[in-house]
Amino acid sequence: MIDTKYSLILVAVMAAVTMFVRFLPFLCFPEGRKRPKVVTYLGTVLPYAVIGMLVVYCFKDVSFFKYPYCIPELLAGALVAGLHIWRRNTLLSVFAGVAFYMVLVQLVF
Amino acid sequence: MIKRTFKRAFKDSLPVLAGYLALGVGFGVLLQSKGYSFWWAILMSCTMFAGSGQYAGVDFLASGASIITTAVMTFIINARHFFYGFSLLDKYKGTGWFKPYLIFGLTDETYSIVCSAELDDSIDHKKYYLFLTALDHCYWITGCTLGAVLGEILPFSNEGIGYSMTALFIVIMVEQWLSTKEHLPVILGVATTVVCLVVFGADLFIIPAMVLIALELVIFRKKLDKTGASDGEEAQSGD
Repeated sequence: MIDTKYSLILVAVMAAVTMFVRFLPFLCFPEGRKRPKVVTYLGTVLPYAVIGMLVVYCFKDVSFFKYPYCIPELLAGALVAGLHIWRRNTLLSVFAGVAFYMVLVQLVF
Repeated sequence: MIKRTFKRAFKDSLPVLAGYLALGVGFGVLLQSKGYSFWWAILMSCTMFAGSGQYAGVDFLASGASIITTAVMTFIINARHFFYGFSLLDKYKGTGWFKPYLIFGLTDETYSIVCSAELDDSIDHKKYYLFLTALDHCYWITGCTLGAVLGEILPFSNEGIGYSMTALFIVIMVEQWLSTKEHLPVILGVATTVVCLVVFGADLFIIPAMVLIALELVIFRKKLDKTGASDGEEAQSGD
């Protein structure tokens, strides 16, 4: 552990940068001010594009070229998607997927 | 109404509860292994509230990284959050004193739930956002602190429990896919991010992916722009 004062400074820097990124769009386009139509447009389509980005983001640290070749992640992902199309129950899909994945990584692979 | 709103926020936050506890514990264990007491876990989870950012933060602390390195790396890791505000400019409008807190707590998970939740008039939308953000924040602080207090002594193996975040995002993606006929944005999102991950590698892909996704969405605007038409997103914006 490095000294307390420097640790506190680093934590403050990380908190400030994280907040800055999250506040930026709201600072650029404050309430009550007209904003470019393209920004409003992006706001409506981004949730769809971003969720695709986040799913891929979750796979960033698993390798397709090394054992177990991402197989547990893909199998559990297929179960989650299949179950959700069938029952449309978020809790069921998430918890079944996690349980299945935990069994796969702890007992099978 | 408040009770109903809280119940709904709590129900929607349950997938996050499991994920945040698990990821938070993982963070706490890692942090205390570098010699930091649980007070640091509380401090970081309260002030940063960022999963991958805090994991990387442990490395910066442990290695005594420079302020510049810490700032730049944190920016790169959390840059994806820059996108989130764009979709919430209207939803978070008029939320008054707790608006700064909502923006502060705009994590991947809270954002995805806020965007996908279909709320009717029996729910106080603004309070729903507040409850959801605060609940998620509580789960995260609890997880991080527990991990730092317990250290390595856990009653069972929790390997793989972090997959709940992946599962939650897959569920939301499926839900969106089934609720719209226009699949181009999500296809662009997945394809562009995969290509950037392969080209730039796991540490640097997210900013190029964001820039390209934004450009592609602007290029396809003629096809995709339904602003002003009867879109769910728009209908909710006036609340």
